[in-house]
Amino acid sequence: MKQLTLICGAVLTLVFFAVAGMSFLWTPEPVDIVNIPARLQTPNLTNWLGTDHFGRDILSMLMVGARTSLAVAIVAVVIGMGLGVPLGLIAAANSGSWLDEVISRTNDLIFAFPSLVIAILITAISGPGAINAIIAIGIFNIPVFARLSRAAALPLWKREFIMAARVAGKSKARISGEHILPNIANLLIVQGTIQFSLGILAEAGLSYVGLGAQPPIPSWGRMLAESQTMITLAPHVAIIPGCAIVLTVLGLNLLGDGLRDRLDPKLRSTRT
Amino acid sequence: MITYVSKRLLSLFVSLAVASLIIFAVVEIAPGDPASFMLGVNARPDTVAALKSELGLDVPAFQRYLAWVAGMVQGDFGTSYTYRSPVQQMVLDRLWISLPLALYALALSCLIAFPAGVLAAARRGQLRDTIVTGATQIGVAIPNFWFAMLLVFVFAIKLAWFPAGGFPGWENPVAAMKALTLPAIALALPQAAILTRVMRSALIDILGEDFIRTARAKGLTAGQALWRHGLRNALIPVLTIIGLQFSFLIAGGIIIEQVFYLPGLGRLIFQAITQRDLIVVESVVMLLVFAVIIINFLVDLAYAWVDPRLRRRT
Repeated sequence: MKQLTLICGAVLTLVFFAVAGMSFLWTPEPVDIVNIPARLQTPNLTNWLGTDHFGRDILSMLMVGARTSLAVAIVAVVIGMGLGVPLGLIAAANSGSWLDEVISRTNDLIFAFPSLVIAILITAISGPGAINAIIAIGIFNIPVFARLSRAAALPLWKREFIMAARVAGKSKARISGEHILPNIANLLIVQGTIQFSLGILAEAGLSYVGLGAQPPIPSWGRMLAESQTMITLAPHVAIIPGCAIVLTVLGLNLLGDGLRDRLDPKLRSTRT
Repeated sequence: MITYVSKRLLSLFVSLAVASLIIFAVVEIAPGDPASFMLGVNARPDTVAALKSELGLDVPAFQRYLAWVAGMVQGDFGTSYTYRSPVQQMVLDRLWISLPLALYALALSCLIAFPAGVLAAARRGQLRDTIVTGATQIGVAIPNFWFAMLLVFVFAIKLAWFPAGGFPGWENPVAAMKALTLPAIALALPQAAILTRVMRSALIDILGEDFIRTARAKGLTAGQALWRHGLRNALIPVLTIIGLQFSFLIAGGIIIEQVFYLPGLGRLIFQAITQRDLIVVESVVMLLVFAVIIINFLVDLAYAWVDPRLRRRT
């Protein structure tokens, strides 16, 4: 059962990555060619998943859209990890000091912000677009990783092997990098997959309200927004991109769950 | 308890002050000033300057910040640049849609999550548990605005049971509730999935405790032990999550309101952003953040009240 979760998650995630990667080399049809006579076709042999209101091939749009989702979500996770993990490690290394206090309270504060509201605020004010979506989603990943790495690193500082490293004269920064970080890497990887899937949902939401990647770059959220008025004429145009989002997010969540069980048996079945 | 409350109160005020500074700063660095935006590209510089001073935009930023905060403390949220009407009135009008929507969704999410979580925990590892857990996996993976579109397609367009969008006003409570039903279901789905998981794992943790074994040993059935002793103890983490979910419901509501064309706070924010009505944007965002911070504060207090150990920790 647990193996199955991991395998399903890994397969779905791999398909997602493969589809996004393949879109660079090949798509069934170019995504920027408008072919009005062939619009709103149901799935058939030439257009496997049908066509949208401009006659564009939905499969091709999905493939290129996967690339957009992937890029936004991954860079947002990288921002969150790149800034959050060092902050968390610094806070843990200096636990109880004013530095720890400032970092922890700032985390609490960002946590209290309704993230989507602020993401909308940022993208709306600095202009819609993929870059701003990345920044908006990335900022809210920072406290997640900072909190997690602080909480995971704190108990490690009391362990003998860290004491030994301190006695050997290593600096706090070196200990954090050489001993603490490898020991919390598992947790960070699991949280990374979860934030990755949340990033994909957030990107879809932002581009649905028109604040994500701008036309002509295809994105799953905007495909849904454009299909909304045509849902009675051609339900598949609205259903297919949604299924793509669900499968991708599901795959990443299952992968995260499976990895967590695999990497940390203590956490088994208590996960929320 | 008193020291705990005063400490938390202090950090509450600091949070609110910092939050207001951040929001003000973010809005302040926005390109495009409202006066020239309202008058269009062909406006003469002196007209723009006149409107600027009329809107109070010609004073330095920190003075405007202080005036904004001072106004909010007294319940005055300023005057909308575009509509020239008091912001608090605009917010109050919209709040009567957004707040009931969030509460409706919260109620639905609890109604689904409580039985589902209990069912899964009581039958841990069995088929019912697997089905419930699998359903929660799918529930968190579905973007709620897409789920909303599907609900509209099935229940509004095909079956015509509910309206597809818009809001008739509270004069007709039945029609109003009907208009909010599909949005509330869409909003509740991911939250219900998360809450079910929390409920399940909290119950599973509790059912492993010694006092449950004692309850069983004195002759209660598994079901009785769960209902009388397990559920009450499992509610503590569940209540915390419910408090936290409120912020997600507010944020999620913004996008759901777009799907259903509901004239709530979300639409107000979007309108205000496109019209560069910065004072409305600032005030609505501040109000949402305020609500979230206050709710988290109350949840913390409730937690400390229930569990005295937490008071000593901070």
